[in-house]
Amino acid sequence: MNYPKKLTKEDIAYRASIELPKNSYVNLGIGLPSLCAKYIDKKRNIRFQAENGVIGFSELADQRTLDPNLMDAGGQFLSRVPGLAFFDSAESFDMIRGGHIDISVLGGLQVSNKGDLANWMIESRGIGSIGGAMDLVAGAKQVIITMEHVTKNNEFKILEKCNYPLTGKKCVNKIVTDIAVMDVIKQGLLLREIAPGWNYEMIQSLTGAKLIKNKDIKIYKVRRS
Amino acid sequence: MKELKIFNSYKDAVKDLKNGISIMIGGFGGEGGQPTNLMLALRNSNIKKLTLIGNVAGISMTTGYGWTNKKEAIDQSIFFKNKQVRKIICSFPIPAKQKPISEIEKAWKNKETIVEVIPQGTLAEKIRAGGSGIPAFYTKTGLGTIVEKNKEKKIINGKKYLLEHALQADVALIKAEIADEFGNLIYKGTSRAFNPIMAMAAKLTIVEVEKIIPSQEIDPERIGTPGIYVNRLVCVKKTI
Repeated sequence: MNYPKKLTKEDIAYRASIELPKNSYVNLGIGLPSLCAKYIDKKRNIRFQAENGVIGFSELADQRTLDPNLMDAGGQFLSRVPGLAFFDSAESFDMIRGGHIDISVLGGLQVSNKGDLANWMIESRGIGSIGGAMDLVAGAKQVIITMEHVTKNNEFKILEKCNYPLTGKKCVNKIVTDIAVMDVIKQGLLLREIAPGWNYEMIQSLTGAKLIKNKDIKIYKVRRS
Repeated sequence: MKELKIFNSYKDAVKDLKNGISIMIGGFGGEGGQPTNLMLALRNSNIKKLTLIGNVAGISMTTGYGWTNKKEAIDQSIFFKNKQVRKIICSFPIPAKQKPISEIEKAWKNKETIVEVIPQGTLAEKIRAGGSGIPAFYTKTGLGTIVEKNKEKKIINGKKYLLEHALQADVALIKAEIADEFGNLIYKGTSRAFNPIMAMAAKLTIVEVEKIIPSQEIDPERIGTPGIYVNRLVCVKKTI
């Protein structure tokens, strides 16, 4: 099958950023999820939390003004803006495990149609970093996964069953990829949006689990730049 | 009773540490909050068969993670390179990128070091519990994953939880910005991370500080770690 062009990482981050409700407290994972911060309109009053012990930032610093004591969990530096609060690792995870974080946006290696997530170890490497991911999927009110729909070698990442070690079971609410937006519902994966130029059959052919068609499948909201 | 000792040499502050002990290393990963000078002194002390406990196991020297000048990055890799580590308990041992391969991954591949990877929140809570007289606690983090292997599970109010045990250590190496002569500590920005809880969970807590000021000049409302948890202060730049 010949496929249309896929969207970019920035497009995925933009699309995921639309999902963040006004006045919410959000934790963004390392890598692709952290790009969401670029697309937040200040009026929406979204406050980010980072596992290393800071809450209340809404964007990253100009990376020229670097302070080693002002960092997010992805190792990016922050500015000392009004409204920040600092705390230690135990309190940081009180926030996460105590159910106070509204949304966790994470990357994914594999997601199942039951909402299982694998994102911390590639089996063949034999060693991986859990970091805060298991706490976030267990504690955040909602989990959004941002990732490419298939691997570089066109292997499925969305499956009936993950074969990499799990980060959490039945924990994913929404998946935003470079070709589609899906909700995890009781019956499986509900296809809500597809990238411009793509159709249901094309997306299904790159998905290792059955996609349920939403009544009206919308066109993926792409950022205007 | 314990006496607070103040050192002006990192080497002297760690010179009586013995082979085979367990050592917590504070910070999160990156420059801020990491007791870099104490780590270098521990490397130079050459003591072996250590059990290290910390969030990371050396992700900065290959990636520059969390360092303002990425070329100057120092991390736990120095201990693996010097073959001092028997085991490390951590949450984030390696970066996602597979190349260049870090010292911990080399040591793990060569079976020189045992690596125990646990969720970061569970690690923090195990350390807090260790310093607080709480022997174990229940959490849902890790349920349905390899983390739950061989752990007791219990249903509380209809929900399933895992039992996790407290973690303590012989020594904690931590970093703070300011101390007074009683060992009260003030941290800066995001550099608290694992430092305050590790200070509580070790038998001997050694703190690297940027300056020591007289207690009359310190604001008690800003103390992040009360001096009761601190045994040794090391300050090379400036003392009272």
